[in-house]
Amino acid sequence: MYPDYMEESLRKVVQTRPKRLELARKPDPVYPPMNAEERRAVLEGFHPDFEASARRKVRVGPNRDESLTTEVADLLESHAWLRSNQVDLKKPDFETDLLIIGGGGAGCNAALVAMKEHGLRSIIATKLRMGDANTMMSQGGMQAAVSRTDSPTRHYLDAIGGGHFENKPELVRALTEDGPGVVKWLEDLGVVWDKQQDGSMKTMHGGGTSRKRMLSCRDYTGAMIMRTLMDEVRNHPDMIGIKEFMPAVELIMDDKGRCAGAVLYDMESEEFFTVKAKSTLIATGGYGRLHIRGYDTTNHYGATGDGLVMAYRAGAKLMYMDSVQYHPTGVSFPEQIAGFLVTEAIRGAGGQPLNKDGELFVFPREPRDIEASAIIRECVQNGGGVPTPSGRVGVWLDSPLIDMLHGEGYTEKHFPAMYRQFIRYGIDITKLPMLIYPSLHYQNGGIEINERCETDIPGLYVAGEASGGLHGRNRLMGNSVLDYNVFGRRAGRYAGEYAKTVKLGKLSLAHLDAYEKELADAGVKTDLVTPVLLPSYAPKDVKKRQLLRGGNVLPGASVLQNRLFDESPGA
Amino acid sequence: MTSVTAGAAKTSSASQVDGKQGKAAQRLIPISIMGKAYEVPADATIMGAIEYAGHQIIRGAGCREGYCGACATIYRLPGDYKIYTGLACMTMVEEGMTLTQVPYVPAEKAIYDIEKLKPNVTAIQQMYPSVFRCVACNTCTKSCPQGLQVMDYIQAAKRGDIATVMDLSFDCVVCGLCMLRCPAEITQPLVGILAKRLYGRYLRKDSAELAERVKAVENGAYNAEYAELMSMSRKDLSDRYYARDSE
Repeated sequence: MYPDYMEESLRKVVQTRPKRLELARKPDPVYPPMNAEERRAVLEGFHPDFEASARRKVRVGPNRDESLTTEVADLLESHAWLRSNQVDLKKPDFETDLLIIGGGGAGCNAALVAMKEHGLRSIIATKLRMGDANTMMSQGGMQAAVSRTDSPTRHYLDAIGGGHFENKPELVRALTEDGPGVVKWLEDLGVVWDKQQDGSMKTMHGGGTSRKRMLSCRDYTGAMIMRTLMDEVRNHPDMIGIKEFMPAVELIMDDKGRCAGAVLYDMESEEFFTVKAKSTLIATGGYGRLHIRGYDTTNHYGATGDGLVMAYRAGAKLMYMDSVQYHPTGVSFPEQIAGFLVTEAIRGAGGQPLNKDGELFVFPREPRDIEASAIIRECVQNGGGVPTPSGRVGVWLDSPLIDMLHGEGYTEKHFPAMYRQFIRYGIDITKLPMLIYPSLHYQNGGIEINERCETDIPGLYVAGEASGGLHGRNRLMGNSVLDYNVFGRRAGRYAGEYAKTVKLGKLSLAHLDAYEKELADAGVKTDLVTPVLLPSYAPKDVKKRQLLRGGNVLPGASVLQNRLFDESPGA
Repeated sequence: MTSVTAGAAKTSSASQVDGKQGKAAQRLIPISIMGKAYEVPADATIMGAIEYAGHQIIRGAGCREGYCGACATIYRLPGDYKIYTGLACMTMVEEGMTLTQVPYVPAEKAIYDIEKLKPNVTAIQQMYPSVFRCVACNTCTKSCPQGLQVMDYIQAAKRGDIATVMDLSFDCVVCGLCMLRCPAEITQPLVGILAKRLYGRYLRKDSAELAERVKAVENGAYNAEYAELMSMSRKDLSDRYYARDSE
């Protein structure tokens, strides 16, 4: 339940509701959408990326002297787990055609396509369990231009405008043109899409969409897709090997500068294993668990940007790593679920963000960076936020409108996860609004790829959130679910093609030594060792006692994460 | 430039970033984690309490938002004979609670070619025959942290009613608690996954417009439009974008 002091504000929400409901029933926007100039002003004034300390120059590697998100620069200016003389590469522990690092949506798609189109074997090495990925958590849906009023090129225009025209055009074309085919591919694997009576797809709006294009599986869209893909992967144990709790910690190269596999680390036995692979796919997802700028995150436990730093050390260039996505609607209250995602589909279905006086202050479906910045502005500049008992602030997201617009029972039927999330704390979202604030959600940039998922390094492919270029500096809702399907499939196809022709040379980890030298030459002093693998949520006093462990750093690396937060090493 | 961190980001450290900080005069309660006593914040989730105690969870945490089923937990309360079940990320601690996580439940997934199955009771019989051992005791339903009607979907599976299994198991997070508690040793979540795939593959109503669109893309129907958009200057593209109509 909400605390008593919020009652007055809640009463105002009820008072303004009939008028807002009337607005929502009309075809016009309930609040004027921003033009280009207004968008620029709210972004530069209030988006966390524009704070003075949000970015700094990275001193080493392929993006040297480029301004990146501060925590990303810290992550990149770090020591590797291993040096070349510690690992015997003469007899690899495992050999395969395609090594896939990451067992989420992109990785599973790639393994299936490499098998079906090329008859190739793969190994999926993943940090936690198969499917422990942000894929599992996407609620609202997947964009794909399937309606007759829509078209792939219109989807292209929406995506590239949402990304402020900085997206790599060939990637956006691949995304939007492959979209309808992905819907069909998933449906034939057994994904149960929400449908109309006549079998056509049920479509909704998302932020920045000019046509209803969001396809869904109730609000368990990602879970449905992930479990279907995983089940299919597990139906082919002879072709697709699965290594759980075995993240990659470094890439292996050959003497011709091609990627040739990776070193895996067993989280339980603490052993290292070498995998030789003809081609390698990084599908490790994003970095929400680095808690950039101290923000809570909607992300999975394992989202620590491991792929970024491994690829960077090997010489792959990053793109748009100065841009962070804060989801406009993270939970602000109750405290126990603070930072959790409230699906954008709530706004797509008619939910409205309101200030403490129950007034609209922004068009509910602006692109995410704009919407989030407008919410921050309303709280910080206009004093329109509602404070929580623990010292947070939030604005209302008026969810009861949804049943009023679509009929009683709609919310429970279409948003069962959201309903469940709040009812545990005595908040019935069909009767009361939710209190929300932006939450760290997505890595807009990543390792630069082309439409074949290729990087600067032959034999190294990237797909999904770990990649950069597709979304420019701002991704629209529902384009990440489509992203990992489209580019996961493309990675399977093109990495498979390459694997059939390549003849690998002598294996090497010399790039790790070279990177160490570069750190020393640049005068970087740090005790950060990456990949981070897992965040630690132990209290500070516990962390201090854990430091006494000395050099024997356990997985989870509480020590590393402690440093990343408390004494940002590069700053 | 306005600093925005003061309002949200700093205080937001309270729950996710720094277990202990940012909460003055936190009330602590005693609980037992796998038989060992700890004092933890009274308003913590079980997952929060385990981490507050200093454990680095490796198995037993995943999405942390109730979608992935990694954090199945069983517990008892003082003076109460019952075994309770929950997801550690979604369940609050209670005074005197004694708990353990159950991060993995052994279960054999059937291997199948979905193209060779039919959406009927035969598929269930062949893949998961243990379903027919169900004694309708309802323990599965009582143990489900999602509040699903698990026994009802197992009964539907026995009848070959794939659509009902799909519908009732839709929100299953595969935490495995039901199959751990089941006296008939049925693997309920796996039955649910099979039924959902069978429904999606065979019992859905096809979308005519989807089929048309897939064909149009294959035939290159959008090549000219793409070529035009991709050759536009940023300014022209921006003008086109802001002038576009909306549904």
